[in-house]
Amino acid sequence: MEEQLKIDFEKLLEKSNFSKKNIEIKRKNFNNFIEKGFPNKREENWKFSDLNQIISKNIKNLSFYNDLSKPNKIDQSTFIDGLEHNKLVFVNGRIEKIEFDYEEKNNIEILDDLVLEIPNNVNNSLLFLNNAFVSKFFKLIIKKNYSLKKPLVIYNITNKDLVSKSINLKFDILLEENSSLKLIEFSNDKSTTNFININYNFDVKKNSILKNYKIDNNPNSNIKYYFNNINQDTNSVSEIFLLSSGSEFIKNEINCDLNGKYASAFVNGVFLLNGSKHHEIKTNINHLVENTKSYQLIKSVLEDESKAVYQGKIFVDSKAQKTDGYQLSKAILLNDNTEFNAKPELEIYADDVKCSHGSSSGSLNEDSIFYLMSRGLNYKEAKKLLINGFLLDVVEKITDSEIKNLIKNIMSLKQ
Amino acid sequence: MREKQIDKLKDYKYGFTTDIENIRAPKGLNKEVIEFISKAKKEPKWMLDWRMKAFERLKNLKEPNWQKPKYPKIDYQDIYYYSAPKSASDKPKSIDELDPKLLETYKKLGIPLQEQQRLNGIAVDAVFDSVSVATTFKDKLNEVGVIFCSISEAIQKHPELVKKYLGSVIPLTDHYFATLNSAVFTDGSFVYIPPGVRCPMELSTYFRINASQTGQFERTLIIADKGSYVSYLEGCTAPMRDENQLHAANVELVALDDAEIKYSTVQNWYPGDENGKGGIYNFVTKRGLCKGINSKISWTQVETGSAITWKYPSCILQGDNSIGEFYSIAITNNHQKADTGTKMIHLGKNTKSKIISKGISAGFSDMTYRGLVDISSKAKNSTNYTQCDSLLMGNKCGAHTVPYIKNKNPESNIAHEATTSKISEEQLHYCQQRGLNPEEAVGLIVNGFCKEVLQQLPMEFAVEAQKLVGISLEGSVG
Repeated sequence: MEEQLKIDFEKLLEKSNFSKKNIEIKRKNFNNFIEKGFPNKREENWKFSDLNQIISKNIKNLSFYNDLSKPNKIDQSTFIDGLEHNKLVFVNGRIEKIEFDYEEKNNIEILDDLVLEIPNNVNNSLLFLNNAFVSKFFKLIIKKNYSLKKPLVIYNITNKDLVSKSINLKFDILLEENSSLKLIEFSNDKSTTNFININYNFDVKKNSILKNYKIDNNPNSNIKYYFNNINQDTNSVSEIFLLSSGSEFIKNEINCDLNGKYASAFVNGVFLLNGSKHHEIKTNINHLVENTKSYQLIKSVLEDESKAVYQGKIFVDSKAQKTDGYQLSKAILLNDNTEFNAKPELEIYADDVKCSHGSSSGSLNEDSIFYLMSRGLNYKEAKKLLINGFLLDVVEKITDSEIKNLIKNIMSLKQ
Repeated sequence: MREKQIDKLKDYKYGFTTDIENIRAPKGLNKEVIEFISKAKKEPKWMLDWRMKAFERLKNLKEPNWQKPKYPKIDYQDIYYYSAPKSASDKPKSIDELDPKLLETYKKLGIPLQEQQRLNGIAVDAVFDSVSVATTFKDKLNEVGVIFCSISEAIQKHPELVKKYLGSVIPLTDHYFATLNSAVFTDGSFVYIPPGVRCPMELSTYFRINASQTGQFERTLIIADKGSYVSYLEGCTAPMRDENQLHAANVELVALDDAEIKYSTVQNWYPGDENGKGGIYNFVTKRGLCKGINSKISWTQVETGSAITWKYPSCILQGDNSIGEFYSIAITNNHQKADTGTKMIHLGKNTKSKIISKGISAGFSDMTYRGLVDISSKAKNSTNYTQCDSLLMGNKCGAHTVPYIKNKNPESNIAHEATTSKISEEQLHYCQQRGLNPEEAVGLIVNGFCKEVLQQLPMEFAVEAQKLVGISLEGSVG
């Protein structure tokens, strides 16, 4: 694979038009990645999901260069129906459409010619890979005191032409003071066996609100890695909801630094898996100052041979008195070959805090099924009703009612 | 230099039998030293071979480094792996020579004078002799057929049992410290409870003759045969001073069909001074195997001493319907560090496990609960319940929880809960209002916090442990 990486990297530099500075940074990132390679289970972070193995098992002849010179057709049918929204459309990793029809143009800025970075986190080789191979680095700025009127949907569409490629995307999103953004990331994949590596960096300034909904629902054989870094200032709120269901493998990593007083972060997620799917969420919530709050709720329903992993960490600095931190992960295992692994971690250095976590996993409660069946439901219906109730608990946490309904429809949960 | 030492060894070759009491093996870890230990203990060949196998394996192993408390590198060549008990002339002559701080603690714990002397190895008056007490116990045990002796004695007298079970729970190849122990262990306890026998008393290292000098590489093996029961106590509430910094003991428990083993530990080794200098590294490997059906192993530990405690008493629930339990109180103060917890590995059907862990950190200390619950796909209908609570005193200390939960079986249930909190001002105020001083108040509240675990200790131990909990936190309030 190393040979392939080198060839593809030189090809990328040759065909693209990067600035001198960026080429230099890219080379450093590339060398760092070559040194570390794809993460494997010897790394604590990847203990339950050996990416190196997963990639070599699922993807044959992975290549890293992706020709972005020709435009791709956009399949209009993939757009979300019944919800007015702004669009950023990516097809096979190429930006095809930027549309902010509902917004005041002077309050939104999009930059795409930025200087890349060399990540500080030396343990995460996938960030090096991302910075080395990303072709355009986008930055979205929401200006002071502006709230987007309609949600922004980032479509990540891949079509049949894309096979065994590595796609790297990188976004920076800055919410200036008193601003707000509802962001839906919507994946629609018709491609096979690609490795998709997406890197988000959110900067949420004072009094701003970020709502981020990640929807991955249609079945496909891609391997995905999302890294989300969130920086929160005083009195800011971030709300993340994940629907993790479609792809063969997804790891969502969320690193959230609560840097300002009264900042709060909410991470809610649903894993709905079947087949041989393997999904993971890893959270790192860092309470760095006083009076911050975090809440995490992850629920999984596993069928066939699927596997879900929850690795959650709450870190409380010695300065962060009056922290309120909570983690809960629950899983229902429906088949003999399913697997659920959890590592809910607390690292606490301050004494006046309220931190707790809980985790449970097991089968559906037979008593409840019996109760429902005695009232006329058949086994299948009873099971479905219980599972829906179990999942609805998380979906109900979504604060935006329009998007909540959309997600309920996608998950076919009745109201 | 090394050759010289080997030469020296050769000289000893003939002197062994007569003057072994005063011999110390040369410093360092090598083949010769292991041969020396084995010879000094008059071990049969198979035992030496076993040690050698461990030593060979050790060469390919690296020290683990994933733990939270980091420590300076240990020079394994700078350790004496065998030294015979100290001669009377090295020991303190009277109680007045001891550290007054130590004496004060003894007083608080209510330890009798003779006992204090014994603990410090002071030559004890012939009238009071634990030997006589111990012999009466021995007779009682012999009556029911319980074997309770040192592991060296067991190697001589019961080789078939030792051969069969030694290393069956903690294999030679396990990890660095366990393998090191297998190569160089010097002594420890051996217990065998015959089928259907309920051991008539709590067994304790305390009653075993010559138990005080087991050294830093202790090895304990307890076998409960079918339908038997034993409760074993290790350690003691009194502070133990030891010149050896590294302690890497191995404890193996085997419970056959319908057998039950209850293993309680109170550890109060020297934690180092207030500035975190010195103190013992307690790197112990403890593992129990519920081999038979309906077997049960229960670990209870009160860990208050040592500069670094790094241990995970575990249960392998192999037999169907077997039960594993883990109750722990770990207290760290000043610059102490602890990384402790358990592993519950469910292999058999209908297996149950329960983990109750209470961690208290004060001063500049750091405490980590690290645990694994692993339910394999064959362990149908298994359940686990875990509760780990931490209490923090001050904002210079840390409390961490790192549970690993793996479930591969849909018919099994796992529940895990953890909380972190502090002693509230209201509680303190309430107690103080009723006439307790702040330290007593903290002691009372902490004892309440730990109650679930203290209840698991044998009666006489529990009382002392309760006092110990209070004493360990001295100086952390106000």
